[in-house]
Amino acid sequence: MSDPFLIGAAMTGGYGATDILHDCTIAVEKGQIAVIVGPNGAGKSTAMKAVFGMLNLRGGSVRLNGEDITKLSPQDRVARGMAFVPQTHNIFTSMTVEENLEMGAFLRRDDIKATLEQVYHLFPILKTKRHQPAGELSGGQRQQVAVGRALMTQPQVLMLDEPTAGVSPIVMDELFDRIIEVARSGISILMVEQNARQALNIADKGYVLVQGANRYTDTGAALLADPDVRRSFLGG
Amino acid sequence: MDLLNALVAFLNFVVIPAASYGAQLAVGALGVTLIFGILRFSNFAWGDTMAFGTMAVILLTWLFQSLGISIAPLPTALLALPFAILITSALLLGTDRVVYRFYRKQKAKPIILVIVSAGVMFVMNGLVRIIIGTQEQNFADGGRFLISAGDFKAWTGLAEGLAIKGTTAVTLVTALLTMAALFWFLQKTRTGKSMRAFSDNEDLALLSGINPDRVVQVTWVIAAALAVIAGTLYGLDKSFRPFIYFSLLLPIFAAAVVGGLGSPMGAVAGGFVVAFSEIIVTYAWKKVITYVVPQSWAPDSLMQLLSTDYKFAVSFSILIIVLLFMPNGLFNKGK
Repeated sequence: MSDPFLIGAAMTGGYGATDILHDCTIAVEKGQIAVIVGPNGAGKSTAMKAVFGMLNLRGGSVRLNGEDITKLSPQDRVARGMAFVPQTHNIFTSMTVEENLEMGAFLRRDDIKATLEQVYHLFPILKTKRHQPAGELSGGQRQQVAVGRALMTQPQVLMLDEPTAGVSPIVMDELFDRIIEVARSGISILMVEQNARQALNIADKGYVLVQGANRYTDTGAALLADPDVRRSFLGG
Repeated sequence: MDLLNALVAFLNFVVIPAASYGAQLAVGALGVTLIFGILRFSNFAWGDTMAFGTMAVILLTWLFQSLGISIAPLPTALLALPFAILITSALLLGTDRVVYRFYRKQKAKPIILVIVSAGVMFVMNGLVRIIIGTQEQNFADGGRFLISAGDFKAWTGLAEGLAIKGTTAVTLVTALLTMAALFWFLQKTRTGKSMRAFSDNEDLALLSGINPDRVVQVTWVIAAALAVIAGTLYGLDKSFRPFIYFSLLLPIFAAAVVGGLGSPMGAVAGGFVVAFSEIIVTYAWKKVITYVVPQSWAPDSLMQLLSTDYKFAVSFSILIIVLLFMPNGLFNKGK
């Protein structure tokens, strides 16, 4: 079996002396949605940051499209087609919505108008608010700006760290719909989520992490159907 | 009562000098606020950076004068500006390479960078004193007056004269052009926007592929331009002395803090707030008041709130009041 499009294989490492991740594997196929769920402190965000190169791995590797990128800096990974939306501080609050999107496309030297229109098509509210400072928008709209900024690089992989943290259930559903739409356009999505049930609902692949290690790995639907997973992580 | 003469005296002795001084402070405060916003520390070497830049302008002015190059009626110093900006840029980029970069790589706390900049201040101060000496230098040439008090009196028949010095006009026009250029650069250009993004959210700027080294370099070059322009305008209007430039640090920081450190609009507003406060408090109001009130009420004293020796007390007071009641400044919404 060939490698998935993006894989963090057998990753071991942490921020300081102690390891947070233990032999943890996360992968996503082209145009699919992979979701990382698990209890608080399970190392979900850490696993995502490890894939993006934001912490040093003691073991394991990260491969994108068959190429080993373990040693690349996050900035270099952006240039290779990976985009990351942090959980917090993920927009330029003092800049307008449009400037946020322009900054997302900073590395590009070609015409960004088409991509800008695509983002506005995906998030129509951003077009009407494009000259407003992003810091004045609501929580859900800010998340849209954050995702839009990441999409401006025309990434192959979009990584989202708890995109629905702090937004209302209606906005969450809306955001998930948009994420599915992004995946359908051929962009792979790797996402960490607190709202495990809803996230697994839209996931092609789900990873349940516990204490920095893989506990269950299966399709989203299979995990939702698994009585053990339901009992332990989805509240029955 | 003679309101017209009172108004002319008020314009001549308060509004015009304060506008000119305010513009000089505003340009200086823009540099302070830019460095604070992007490099994230208060640069105590700023006054001496201005002194160095102005020194470069003076030396070049002398060179041009000896070569017989002149752009009269404009001061020769304006011609020297671009070259002095290049020299000062080289100094600042060199200082960054040798000093600040080391601490940036270590992710040193802002307070450490402030102390480091105090060290840089002493070195630059020494450098300027060695090269040009500690004495006063007057380097303003070109037209003295745009409107002289005598001409004004002859035209209007008023007892009070309104004089506009050539250097006042040069200050206001140059400062206005500088501010317009800076705001255009920050708002409209790709590099300017990337600097604002870097100032707003450094981590996200890195994730967007913005090159931090380039942002830092561009910031130093712009800071050099602002230091040279602010220093030269001040020197043309008054005179140049290294010690005076060192002490300009106080009103300039007061201006930047009043507006809100990191906010360019605030720096401009702050510059004028500090300048007008300083001059209003230290101006002897006797003349203006004598025109306004009936003759029998005319004051005997100078009606001066504070002697000009205390003008720095005004900056200090503004600084303290702002820090107590509006620590984020007038133009910062606070983070």
